[in-house]
Amino acid sequence: MYKYILKRLLMMIPVLLGVTFIVFFIMALSPGDPAAMILGDQASAEALEMKREELGLNDPILIRYGNYIIDMLHGDLGVSYKNSLDVWEQVWERFPNTTILAIAGILVALVIGIPTGIISAKKQYTLIDNVAMIVSLIGVAMPNFWFGLLVVIIFSLHLGWLPSQGMGEGLVPLLQSLVLPALTLGTGSAAMITRMTRSSMLEVIRQDYISTARAKGLSERIITYRHMMRNAMIPIITAVGLQFGTLLGGAMLTETVFSWPGLGRLMVDSIKSKDIPLVLGSVIFLAIMFSVVNLIVDIIYAFVDPRIKSEYKKG
Amino acid sequence: MANLEKTASEQNSNISTKKQRSLWQEAWRRFKKNKLAMAGMGFIMFLIVIAIGTIIVDLVTNKSFYDAYVIKLDLRNRLEPPSSAHIFGLDEFGRDMFLRMIWAIRYSLFMGTIAIVISTIVGGVLGAVAGFYGKLTDNVIMRFMDILLAIPSMLLAIAIVAAMGTSITNVLIAIAISYVPTFARTVRASVLTIKDQEFIEAARAVGASDTRIIFKYIIPNSLAPIIVQATLGVAGAILSIAGLSFLGLGIQPPTPEWGAMLSNARTYIRDAWHITVIPGMGIMLTILAINVVGDGLRDALDPRLKS
Repeated sequence: MYKYILKRLLMMIPVLLGVTFIVFFIMALSPGDPAAMILGDQASAEALEMKREELGLNDPILIRYGNYIIDMLHGDLGVSYKNSLDVWEQVWERFPNTTILAIAGILVALVIGIPTGIISAKKQYTLIDNVAMIVSLIGVAMPNFWFGLLVVIIFSLHLGWLPSQGMGEGLVPLLQSLVLPALTLGTGSAAMITRMTRSSMLEVIRQDYISTARAKGLSERIITYRHMMRNAMIPIITAVGLQFGTLLGGAMLTETVFSWPGLGRLMVDSIKSKDIPLVLGSVIFLAIMFSVVNLIVDIIYAFVDPRIKSEYKKG
Repeated sequence: MANLEKTASEQNSNISTKKQRSLWQEAWRRFKKNKLAMAGMGFIMFLIVIAIGTIIVDLVTNKSFYDAYVIKLDLRNRLEPPSSAHIFGLDEFGRDMFLRMIWAIRYSLFMGTIAIVISTIVGGVLGAVAGFYGKLTDNVIMRFMDILLAIPSMLLAIAIVAAMGTSITNVLIAIAISYVPTFARTVRASVLTIKDQEFIEAARAVGASDTRIIFKYIIPNSLAPIIVQATLGVAGAILSIAGLSFLGLGIQPPTPEWGAMLSNARTYIRDAWHITVIPGMGIMLTILAINVVGDGLRDALDPRLKS
């Protein structure tokens, strides 16, 4: 088991290096001279050249990338062009907010998606199943930022139940302000997970060992949880892991709709102000977050699927 | 004797071409039975016709209609709710929402399609080469694709647009690149299942070149999953375009685009519901239609999956 986790961890290193390099490379392509951006239009040619040298912009890209990674490992992502604040601090400050939102979103998706999928599969072609399938088709098709605007109109503006903007301070206000963004972020994934759970359950539901379990006289509960769910779980976990990526992308949109002070909004704002170090820092942070989630998903696999575990136990 | 052989082989080739054609016909027959998918297809056709109509109007009137009605400001009547004169009402600058909605179709539908066509071709070639040649080639290409896949596609698209600037072409490139790895994987997987089959071996035995084998045998046989993936990909691309525009990183106002319209609507969310509800409906119905067509195609092209 530890061997498996260790192997996964080691495999993450080249992926992270690749991801950060691609993002770094894309950002390096952006037009405009950072030196001119920092010093302003009035700066002399010599001052610009000195600044460029100071920022290391005259070095080849691989060396700049290497320096960036070494600095990053020391907790230094450079300073923002606009306000000269430390990028690492800004990103680190926003990071928990996006994490809270993403976890709440995935919880919404799981709590709605998995039970609905199971019920749909067990009651295939009944009214419940049809309604669930139509609703999930619509849920998948809905842009989440639009759904966010709709829940704002209904629950904030008309009913006045929940705040529509920002993140509350203190536990209760925080939870109140979290409800609508989490719902917005999670609904699309909930629909996707419902569909995945249903089809994955339908695949196991007609297997012979289910008939055997019934013939043995096991209760329907045990059959559902112990025999069907455990086998249907693998594709569902894959779907959840993939949804997390969509969710992180969606977080940028959701954070914009609800003025949620997260990484996504930081990134969008810094793109608009052409603050490259800040964009780079937040993109890399989000990408690393996604890789870590993928790692966790892989480890969960091993726990759920004894076949993977046993493969590594032997050696 | 020679004659006999010839007719036999002719008959053989007749049978095989007949079967080839009837495979697609068979799929189409199954697709037609799926009422939901047919309805979705009808809706997409309807959108395409309207979109082409608006493009023709732009060409014929040399954009004067567009300038006079679609983007012209009329602040006196702004945010007017839907009425018989303006069935979708007026937006925050007093522009007719219905006209803006139909003028926007092209950006979502056609841009989404073009982006996916590009990524299908690029991803398809990469995946086919990786699957066909295997070994080092496969490793290099697929590890690169894995790294691209490790970045959420929306994030990748945003990073590319952030670096290159917001123009229609850049948005298109950004979205196309973010979908390349998905197609590379799909194509590679189907190439791997096909390439060891006997008819490929037979083709090689009669001396067919690699290129001929790839284009004549492998691609036609792996088309079904690619078509399904591409159809569903268009829906994803449309959502990405709308999302980018909503963030202000996609298509810029005053050009009518559904996501950009929603971005403006957000400012006036307290004053008017229709400018928020209508563009979102447009996106949702389009995506819904494409998704049901995609699902229908999957069931029709691969009956084994249905059961």
